Amino acid sequence: MHLGHTHPAPAALSADARRPDGARRALRIGLGGPVGSGKTATVAALCRALRDALSLAVVTNDIYTREDAEFLLREAVLPPERITAVETGACPHTAIRDDISANLEAVEDLEDAVGPLDLILVESGGDNLTATFSKGLVDAQIFVIDVAGGDDIPRKGGPGVTTADLLVVNKTDLAPHVGSDLARMAADAKAQRGELPVVFQSLRGESGVADVAAWVRERLAAWTA
Amino acid sequence: MSRAALLVLADGRFPAGGHAHSGGAEAAVRAGRVTDAPSLEEFCRGRLHTAGLVAAALAAAAVLGADPGELDAAADARTPSPALRAAGRRLGRQLLRAARATWPSAELDAVARRFPKGTHQPVVLGLAARAAGLAPEDAAHCAVYESVSGPATATVRLLSLDPFDAAGVLARLAPELDRVADCAVEAARRAADEGADALPAASAPLLEVGAEWHAGWPVRLFAS
Amino acid sequence: MDGVTVTGVRGRARIVARADGRGGTALPVLDGEGPLAPRRTRSAGAEARVMVVGAMSGPLGGDRFTLDARVEEGARLHVGSAAATLALPGQAKGEARYDVRLEVADGAELHWLPEQLISAGGSDLRVTTRADLAAGARCVLREEQVLGRAGETPGRLTSRLTVRVAGRTVLDQELACGPGAPGGWDGPAVLSGRRAVGQLVVVRPEFADGPVAARMLGECASLVPLAGPAVLVTAVAPDALRLRGLLDEALAGLG
Repeated sequence: MHLGHTHPAPAALSADARRPDGARRALRIGLGGPVGSGKTATVAALCRALRDALSLAVVTNDIYTREDAEFLLREAVLPPERITAVETGACPHTAIRDDISANLEAVEDLEDAVGPLDLILVESGGDNLTATFSKGLVDAQIFVIDVAGGDDIPRKGGPGVTTADLLVVNKTDLAPHVGSDLARMAADAKAQRGELPVVFQSLRGESGVADVAAWVRERLAAWTA
Repeated sequence: MSRAALLVLADGRFPAGGHAHSGGAEAAVRAGRVTDAPSLEEFCRGRLHTAGLVAAALAAAAVLGADPGELDAAADARTPSPALRAAGRRLGRQLLRAARATWPSAELDAVARRFPKGTHQPVVLGLAARAAGLAPEDAAHCAVYESVSGPATATVRLLSLDPFDAAGVLARLAPELDRVADCAVEAARRAADEGADALPAASAPLLEVGAEWHAGWPVRLFAS
Repeated sequence: MDGVTVTGVRGRARIVARADGRGGTALPVLDGEGPLAPRRTRSAGAEARVMVVGAMSGPLGGDRFTLDARVEEGARLHVGSAAATLALPGQAKGEARYDVRLEVADGAELHWLPEQLISAGGSDLRVTTRADLAAGARCVLREEQVLGRAGETPGRLTSRLTVRVAGRTVLDQELACGPGAPGGWDGPAVLSGRRAVGQLVVVRPEFADGPVAARMLGECASLVPLAGPAVLVTAVAPDALRLRGLLDEALAGLG
């Protein structure tokens, strides 16, 4: 091909940092974790915390198509055109890890339709402790567990708890009610994760999603630097 | 040509989005038409001789160098259901992404530029096979196998069907897969002389109708 | 008898419809050879009406029928048939063929609404219907296949329907069923034991600007926009009566 050819470049392949027009694409952050740990609530809270300062969009991967997307729509955290649901063929972990093509289409289509975007949150359907996001799909991932799911989860480890860029222990307000030992969870997480950060949060508490939002802003600053 | 390249392309784990599509099985299961291994086998057989044959012929024609635009139009005409046309294009775009990463080629890049919204999956399958140095027969075999392996895998998930039974269904269909692939290649060679009208147009009314029904569901596991 | 060959009967009918310049439609060509006989019936306004009468029951094995209808610019033609066409086994070996070629010019309109095609036990028929429409043509085309007379195992029937608008193929579909057809034809992907299947194609230039939205017509029928200025109704039903009901309802719904 000659230099200065006027044809646009063909579509991006996977994690390319540039879009076909040469612009930097949005930062992609994945949120995974077991069913009921509060992924969708965390996504909703992040949208509320960041939407005034950033241009953002969400991709959901629920077992039952559109359920999470509809929750986000009901909560009116983002306009509907900024939320896309991906069907996963009954295997959410496949869609975020082994065969990411439908999710890649979804993030690219969102950038085409409502871009330019600063940030796209990709939420996994509730899955087991081994489900993680492919590096071809997201730039960083958050693993969300909750105190009610058992305070032994950090000790058990698994790829999500051990390798996620951020571990969120959610629903700390419930700890006294379900007999979970937060100090033990923190110590176990430290042992599994070394220097990787952990956030304990209660979305009902005063600071809500603030720590996670601050972490996202740091990642975004590093991405655009 | 490399026989192993065919295995890479035909592998159900090749990351081209197929896992999220049931090939009409989700609708057939919900309608009560597929309930067990024997009904799955008849479903797969019907799909093989209709959608499978057409897909295989399109794929083989693409390997033989037919114009992708003509094949795209031929696929449209053979796919009355707009839900299936959309699914076919989406799967085509996803396969093209995977193929470009796996077998980089100027031809695949040109197709990505020409069809930003995607062209039908069988057309891309043929072009991917071509980029991998495979023959029309290989692409046709890939297409006929996909036409039955997709519904079989989906039915294992939807009905909690014994996976060994599903594998048995596919094994029993194998001789028919070979025959349909051969017919498809023959038709593709004829189309090289006579044009796309010579490609088979076998249709399955309940697959077409079921695809539209499925597309209207608010809650579903598979994209098609 | 004229037209009888060792291999079967040849039948041919030709219809040409032409605007008569006074707001009506003339039929300068209306002829049939062998068993196919097109007859002009009462006209309704600008439209000429033709009924195809099958002078013999057929087609039988080895027979070859062709029917050509051309609707010229500004003309309007409605074609029906006097009774259902019954495919029967014949003395001669081999499949029977029935080829229909329809041409509709700009500003012309064709209603092609024959009665059902019934595939009787032991018969072997291949039907092709090909409609070539100009960009400004209008057309309603119905095909219904009934597999076997009441309670009968059907014969083998292969039916291909091709519709082109302005040189571009917008629909190309073949349905093969009956003994000897490729496997799975009666299974859950294709007909699932139902004995009547039909297609209704409606082509109107205005669909290019305002496509019709896809919708379900009950459980086993759908109306879909094709990749062109046309819609297709596909219906699968337990019997001919219910099939006709679905297609009629769909056509009425298009206004």
